[in-house]
Amino acid sequence: MSAVAERQPLSDWFAFGGLALGAALGILLAGFTNDPVMEFHGWLIFLVSGGGACAVYIRAFDKREGRVAVAEEPYEYGVIRAGVIATVFWGIVGFLVGVIIAWQLAFPALNLDLPWTSFGRLRPVHTSAVIFAFGGNALIATSFYVVQKTCKARLPGRYAPWFVFWGYQLFIVLAASGYVLGVTQGKEYAEPEWYVDLWLTIVWVVYLLVFLGTIWKRKEPHIYVANWFYLAFIVTIAMLHIVNNLTIPVSITGTQSVILWSGVQDAMTQWWYGHNAVGFFLTAGFLGIMYYFVPKRAERPVYSYKLSIIHFWALIFLYIWAGPHHLHYTALPDWAQTLGMTFSVMLWMPSWGGMINGLMTLSGAWDKLRTDPVIRMLVVSVAFYGMSTFEGPLMSVKAVNSLSHYTDWTVGHVHSGALGWVGFVTFGAVYCLVPWLWNRPRLYSLKLVEWHFWIATLGILLYITSMWVSGIMQGLMWRAYDSLGFLEYSFVETVEAMHPYYIIRALGGMLFLVGALIMAYNVWQTIRGRLADEGEFAAPAKSAAGGPAVAPAE
Amino acid sequence: MSLLNKHAIFEKHSMLLLVGILVVVSIGGLVQITPLFYLESTIEKVDGMRPYTPLELSGRNIYVREGCYTCHSQMVRALRDEVERYGHYSLAAESMYDHPFQWGSKRSGPDLARVGGKFSDDWHVAHLIDPRSLVPESIMPGYPFLAERPLDTRNVAAVLEANRIAGVPYSDEMIEKALQDLMAQANPDSDFADEVAERYPKAQVRDFDGNPAMVSEMDAVVAYLQMLGTLVDFATFDAQEYSR
Repeated sequence: MSAVAERQPLSDWFAFGGLALGAALGILLAGFTNDPVMEFHGWLIFLVSGGGACAVYIRAFDKREGRVAVAEEPYEYGVIRAGVIATVFWGIVGFLVGVIIAWQLAFPALNLDLPWTSFGRLRPVHTSAVIFAFGGNALIATSFYVVQKTCKARLPGRYAPWFVFWGYQLFIVLAASGYVLGVTQGKEYAEPEWYVDLWLTIVWVVYLLVFLGTIWKRKEPHIYVANWFYLAFIVTIAMLHIVNNLTIPVSITGTQSVILWSGVQDAMTQWWYGHNAVGFFLTAGFLGIMYYFVPKRAERPVYSYKLSIIHFWALIFLYIWAGPHHLHYTALPDWAQTLGMTFSVMLWMPSWGGMINGLMTLSGAWDKLRTDPVIRMLVVSVAFYGMSTFEGPLMSVKAVNSLSHYTDWTVGHVHSGALGWVGFVTFGAVYCLVPWLWNRPRLYSLKLVEWHFWIATLGILLYITSMWVSGIMQGLMWRAYDSLGFLEYSFVETVEAMHPYYIIRALGGMLFLVGALIMAYNVWQTIRGRLADEGEFAAPAKSAAGGPAVAPAE
Repeated sequence: MSLLNKHAIFEKHSMLLLVGILVVVSIGGLVQITPLFYLESTIEKVDGMRPYTPLELSGRNIYVREGCYTCHSQMVRALRDEVERYGHYSLAAESMYDHPFQWGSKRSGPDLARVGGKFSDDWHVAHLIDPRSLVPESIMPGYPFLAERPLDTRNVAAVLEANRIAGVPYSDEMIEKALQDLMAQANPDSDFADEVAERYPKAQVRDFDGNPAMVSEMDAVVAYLQMLGTLVDFATFDAQEYSR
């Protein structure tokens, strides 16, 4: 802070010491392991920690002439700017890997017969990159923004928010490089091995403390509704992550571990985790985004305060029960399957409560759908949310699930939620945040947002319709009988029938990727301070000054 | 409205909100997961289940490493067409030693829960090296490198030990002889070949990849695939007892 003070602040020493310790740990790991991946990760940890230590030294300890401390902004925006850039970057990486593996399913020669490029290793890279890297960075960045603005308080600590940001990026790189090199726990959406899980746990606890610390410093008496959802997301993900990943390392210098749970208990724990990665990471967290950015952009208060209370508690209570619908007709006991189905169907109601609250917030401002492509993106995301949370309960009914499970219908369902809801609400938030964070009068180009919107929407439609057709067709072919009572199709005949739909799906994914590239260009130009000349579109966006409707509407 | 007014207490006290969230999200998991550990009917009592041999377990680790579970399930559901296509529906007992479970969630390829014994070793080796040489319409990646890579055996005993801590009943002898058993299972001429089947009933002892010069990753994967779904003796299994 002040260079005049004689004593170095303790936080500088903690930051420097911690990073130096991290670098030493990296060297030790690299030196003592006989596992080549652990050696690589040891060096990576050394480089990141060492680089961080140098940065802290230069910024905090180097007192030479001319190094003037930068005046502190009232809010910590730096880490959010970094988070927005990381969101766009990881989004493109995740979508690109998705497009690659989509083409691999259509043309298997693209697997190249190499270990590092085969579908089985790249698929976790895709899922982790889009869920944890793209989605996670979007959640961390927006939650840091929303919690500061709605509490009128700065994030606590000079280093803690940056520790969360860089620690999270390290987690992503360790996890993804591990998959490509064959290091995985083999549990879907929880593939990172034990040491990467431990690291994420540390980062996550600091994230929770930074978030809570801001709430503790708030100058508003009430905690705004978006922050309830963010808090539920952070706390519940911590619980799920720890229980699902309890594991016994084979050696403390090796990458491999053995999951504590086995068989049917492991299956139940995994889908308790897996479905609530959807429920709390991809739903509750992104509802936090919706509850801030939709009212802010529409300049209308949240539609119903009562509805937000009821659907919040109902949503988090019911979601956690839904896991067994991933295990219908399996060796999981029937009582658990029935519970899972029942609660999944009930979940429809609080899900639509959120959708209604989001959509009806536009009451009196529906004309903005025509004039503002950013609000259109946000609203369509809520519509996709409503659609996929109707489809989900439908698919959780055992009779439907017996057909849909193991097929592409599930893949299509996930993507209508992931591309339509998570993707679009994030894009909308990014388009809002960039001019606010970099102090620009508006985005570089709203016309490019229009292009992004329509190209990506077309991509989503191609994706989900092709997966509906291929999934239902494959499910029906598996159970088809001929007139003599024999199964009509061999398995490989059903694979062959999928081919055209896999091509359509890959094309849809490519369109979605093209949309994201347009967004990246638009964001980059906005950051550079460029403004495109666009005639009637050039109506200046409202400035970021002033908080949102902090007191929810009655 | 009066009840909803009381909600202000959660909006004004962050720790109450946090504890409230924790209580509400804990209930479902507690009700659904904990009974599975003590209800006796959860895992059927069957004859024939045993821990994986060191070679099979190494093959299973490669199966996990390559992400086979992203396209292949190991769970025959209790549905007519699945039982006719794949065999007897899967029992919970059949994955009781699986850390982690590999039931899967997507069938881009067929279910593998009962693939053991359905194809020859030669078929598996040729199919893993170049799937489309045998099944032209297949979309499976080729895994030619499995046949060229010697199996990494440095951690065999440690992996068995970690599995034992997690609850798999490996004996001291099994852990001590882990490496010997692994090598012997892939070499029928070895002096120790008989011991493998003594410690692990129904263990298949063969040179799985047809290359006697080394124990390759291919040996391990084929040994694993060839035992999948073959352990339980269904002649002594009474389905009525476990009708649910």
